[in-house]
Amino acid sequence: MIDLVLLGDVLAGTARLGTPIAFAALGGVIAERGGLYNIGLEGQILAGALGAAAGSFATGSAMIGLGCGIICGLLSGLLLGYMSIRLRINQLVGGIALNLLLAGLTAFLSRQIFGAQAGGARVNGFSQIDIPYLSDLPVVGPSLFAQDPLFYLLIGLAIAAWFWLMKSHKGLDLRAVGENPKAADLAGVPVFRMQYLAIAVSGALAALAGAHLVLSQVYVFAEGMSAGKGFIALAAIILGRWSPIGAICAALFFGFCDAVQFKLQFTSPEIPYQLFLILPYLASLIALVVLGAKASAPASVGLPYDREHR
Amino acid sequence: MNRFTMQRRIAIALLLALSVGGVLILLDGHNPFEAYKVLFLESFLNCWGFSNTLVKASPMLLAGLAVIIPMRAGVFNIGGEGQIYIGGLFGAVFALAIPDLPGLFGVPLIFVAAAAGGAFWAAIPAYLKAYRGTNEVIVTLLMNFIAIHIVSYAVAGPLLAEGAPYPYSEEVSEAYRLPILMPRSDTHVGFVFGLAMTVILYFWLRFTPSGFQLDLVGRNARAAAYAGVDQKKTVIRAMLIGGSLAGMAGAIEVIGLKYRLFHLFSDGYGYDGIIVAFLAALNPIVAPLTALFLAGLSAGAGTMQRAVGVDSSVIEVVEGLVVVLVAAALVTPRTRSTSVLKHLAKNLRLRRQPQRQKKEA
Repeated sequence: MIDLVLLGDVLAGTARLGTPIAFAALGGVIAERGGLYNIGLEGQILAGALGAAAGSFATGSAMIGLGCGIICGLLSGLLLGYMSIRLRINQLVGGIALNLLLAGLTAFLSRQIFGAQAGGARVNGFSQIDIPYLSDLPVVGPSLFAQDPLFYLLIGLAIAAWFWLMKSHKGLDLRAVGENPKAADLAGVPVFRMQYLAIAVSGALAALAGAHLVLSQVYVFAEGMSAGKGFIALAAIILGRWSPIGAICAALFFGFCDAVQFKLQFTSPEIPYQLFLILPYLASLIALVVLGAKASAPASVGLPYDREHR
Repeated sequence: MNRFTMQRRIAIALLLALSVGGVLILLDGHNPFEAYKVLFLESFLNCWGFSNTLVKASPMLLAGLAVIIPMRAGVFNIGGEGQIYIGGLFGAVFALAIPDLPGLFGVPLIFVAAAAGGAFWAAIPAYLKAYRGTNEVIVTLLMNFIAIHIVSYAVAGPLLAEGAPYPYSEEVSEAYRLPILMPRSDTHVGFVFGLAMTVILYFWLRFTPSGFQLDLVGRNARAAAYAGVDQKKTVIRAMLIGGSLAGMAGAIEVIGLKYRLFHLFSDGYGYDGIIVAFLAALNPIVAPLTALFLAGLSAGAGTMQRAVGVDSSVIEVVEGLVVVLVAAALVTPRTRSTSVLKHLAKNLRLRRQPQRQKKEA
């Protein structure tokens, strides 16, 4: 018999740990579908977190904090876009450089903004919203239907992103750019504009991950608080087969495994908890090998598009 | 772009990155010149500081070479971090399992074990890339995480030292520790070993047929195929060499510096390697310089914080900017408007040779 309380705990942990990864993974999917690797997710999460913390700290309003976070994310996305699209720097190198830059810059600015209070400057955040009736359900109620607004926003954005990417003309354009930019260009799709749009949205979504960390989880900005979530999101994109819904399910699976290993460390130390940490990566790898990446990865991801190059 | 313009552009990029850092230092209420003086004096001209720089530069150099060699064959190895972990694990397991060989045999064998571990970890993405066409970026990235968690399991479980307060292995025996270059410091011979590898790889790439095949496949796979070069074999060879280099970086961390296998023992050196490789423009002989530069910046950042009070995160900003700006400077623009720097350079030339420029335009 499965312990229901334990199950509820793990589900709540899944939502809490999986949400930031899911936001970042959704951002990564949008960028990669447009043909751009966004290795800078990690740094953009930090930018979003700092923006959210600073905005909320200055005004006392979580909504304004959220807005500031998103703006920081947009800007960092555009910077990466400039490097990848205009300068055609290798996208992996550009992303790693952006991560370094933003890790340093956010740490530096947080000390300037929060001053001596660094590490202790609590900001206003979101409180959880209980969905009537559903939140009274046993087990799943308190864990899935009594979440903060950003969790519901994630679900909404996932559906919107899926609809936009898969069912709208603009989404088709973007996917065409990611598959074959030359063909898309010849068909009249504004390749560079679509790519800038994708990378900016991608940065904003990664920033939402950071805003979730600050405004819904710990209510303070801490240096390096992204703690590798941007890289985990890159793995979730692969497991999710480059689909918005898939990436979110994959991100929640990563969150689930993380929640299970946390529980295991306390309840049954005789089971090596690292097994559960490895599991989602192994699943991603096996999915790649068994199902093959070619069928679903965008064909031109990572290759800078040059109009004058044959 | 000739060599002179390239060097000038890189110099401008470095100056620009340092100036932005200087503005941040000024904002923080300190004198940027003093801060930079401390940083560079301490990390390059002070004996103890330079020893810190060398200790950091050794794994960075090998990790950089681990990116350069596969990249010359057109394969992006971002799995250096994972290969460092597995190399360190193999080296440590060997050192702990056979603890009483004389150092003269033991140390080379530990390096062989570590190289084998790294090569094994690189073989998986190499095989998938060569025979299945799977994107190596994705596979190596995933395998980094798996490697980190495997080491974390190993040091918390089977290798855990008796009575250890947190996960680490037993110490390796004294005979296996890398010789120290400078008494009473941590400076081991790791960097010298890295330099030797650099020279070997440089000559291999430049003067041997198999080294030339690597470049051929990397630059034009179709031409290589017409010339009868086995592309699959070349890709796998390049990745195996890269993996063993990163694996040996892991061994250096274990038997050169920490003498134990720790959980999370590599501080992102695999990713630093990517930066080292790119700043070196994929030329192995330049890699020691770029590794020293990056290592000096991060080693000096701490000293600067203690001595002047400038937040060390400023240096991270500078490092990020250096990569962005140097990468931008190395881009060969195909259209005139692509780069501001190129535009400037062109205008300067215009003044010197007005007639030739007009004809070109």
